[in-house]
Amino acid sequence: MAYTRAVVQIGADSRNRRRVRAEERIVRGFLFVCALLGVVTTFAIVFILFTESLGFFEHVSVWEFLTGTVWTPTFANKAFGVLPLVTGTLLTSLIALALAGPVGLLTAVYLSEYASPRVRRVVKPTLEVLAGIPTVVYGYFALTFLTPLLQRFIPALEGFNALSAGLVMGIMILPTIASLSEDALYAVPNSLRYASLALGATRFQTVWGVVVPAAMSGVSAAFLLGVSRAVGETMIVAVAAGQQPNFTFNPLRAVETMTAYIVRITMGDTPHGSVEYRTIFAVGLLLFLMTLALNLASELVRRRYKGARV
Amino acid sequence: MIQVASTPQWRARERRREQLFQLVGALIVLFALTTLVVLLTKILLDGFARLNPEFFSSFPSRRAENAGILPALVGSAYLLLLTAAIAIPIGVGAAVYLEEFARRNWFTRLIEINITNLAGVPSVIYGLLGLQVFVRTLMMDRSLIAGACTMALLALPVIITAAREGLRTVPKSLRDGSLALGATQWQTVRYTVLPVAIPSILTGVILSLSRVVGETAPLLVIGAVVFISRLPDSPASPFTVLPVQIYNWTTRPQHAFQENAAAGIIVLLVLLLTMNALAIYLRNRYQKRLPI
Repeated sequence: MAYTRAVVQIGADSRNRRRVRAEERIVRGFLFVCALLGVVTTFAIVFILFTESLGFFEHVSVWEFLTGTVWTPTFANKAFGVLPLVTGTLLTSLIALALAGPVGLLTAVYLSEYASPRVRRVVKPTLEVLAGIPTVVYGYFALTFLTPLLQRFIPALEGFNALSAGLVMGIMILPTIASLSEDALYAVPNSLRYASLALGATRFQTVWGVVVPAAMSGVSAAFLLGVSRAVGETMIVAVAAGQQPNFTFNPLRAVETMTAYIVRITMGDTPHGSVEYRTIFAVGLLLFLMTLALNLASELVRRRYKGARV
Repeated sequence: MIQVASTPQWRARERRREQLFQLVGALIVLFALTTLVVLLTKILLDGFARLNPEFFSSFPSRRAENAGILPALVGSAYLLLLTAAIAIPIGVGAAVYLEEFARRNWFTRLIEINITNLAGVPSVIYGLLGLQVFVRTLMMDRSLIAGACTMALLALPVIITAAREGLRTVPKSLRDGSLALGATQWQTVRYTVLPVAIPSILTGVILSLSRVVGETAPLLVIGAVVFISRLPDSPASPFTVLPVQIYNWTTRPQHAFQENAAAGIIVLLVLLLTMNALAIYLRNRYQKRLPI
């Protein structure tokens, strides 16, 4: 057996012991390097985004970039205002949250407070499957199913639009929000529920007056994380939201998100090193900072109230 | 919020509210289920007719009815193997370091926080990283190996987390027993911890890798090409993968190409299902073996 072999090796002479010690050090060093690679990756991401963006900001002022409302880097008449991409991203993400927020929270409440084990056994795997579906599949669904369906009720809906991309993105982030919210509800101690019920409150009152408020930090963290995933999501919006940077909050129109723009430019034949090419790194930097802020906010909210609970 | 007033009307109102919420809750829960069923039905209806032998053995074509997924399927398989070959040793190594070797200090905390944050970075950003580091700086060009390196970085945080969970299932008594017999830390890991933990590590790792198979955005960014006339024959070959091919077909205006996309999606979903089934099979086998 393996154990015996290890022991036999150790019992041997001092030369053997030196070899074992050397091996120990080498392995330890190798494993440390593996663990360090994550830190290196982060530094590489930040370094690349910053240095390439610097090249871009030599040509375009940060102010113009952040406040301009026209984004036409590939036209003859170039304009570098990123706001249309930002509003496109926010619009689709907020539509996603408007669907996944309430539905996710209600799913979580139902699963944790009401559902029988049999219902849970069906719903939990369903959510897991939804979470595992590749986003390009969701994009196909949005473009070929949801948009034609919605166009029957909303004739003004364009073929590419923020609405159906946002809604399908909501379905994509639903599992994240539902399962993280459920964890938060699950963590609320039963003593709170019993106390409320003992005071004569109904189950509905207990759930919405006691349990959900007690889990609010975890639920908010889940929402923030869901939005972060929606902001960083690429394929659904690249397929179904269109690739026109319109400065609009009208969900019926085509929009372009930051992620979709990055994909469009890298797939085209924009010459490497040009200002247009560098835009993708400036947009990438903005995207990185936005998702980082959302992730950190989610972590902070979660941690801040963790100790405060009963 | 809670008012106690036990009049009959109040009680009736509360009961109605309770029933109403039960109903709403049940409907909401059905929402997820219905969505999944509609999505799968739609894709099967669109694509099932296209699933013939030629579809699997043909190259992409300008004519939808001649187009096939052979290079995409082969590309996905190669990419998966290469990514696994890069990411699994590094990921499991990092997990072993963090679980078995690292001291609890600020630097270890930094590594851990960093891994958590990396998991939240949008995948398209990894594409930019791969484009700049592997494709341009290391001059790998738009090759299979550049794609695999990029995907390995993307998969690492998830693999590390999964592998750490696998290592945590090994009882401390086993480690203590090995150390008490005079084995070194690494010998303990190598001969005692890893053999016990490997099935559950593999389960987690396969699940993480199944995400790699479905990932599209970073590969579009580093430049997986759609029209290739030869199968990739080395890591330096240009390549395409299933999700990229599906994206390309989906965005064509002709309806016939969307049928191809749906058929491609069916193949992709079957592939993912197989990987997940394999993970579940490993988990079940391992659970039976647990009492050592």
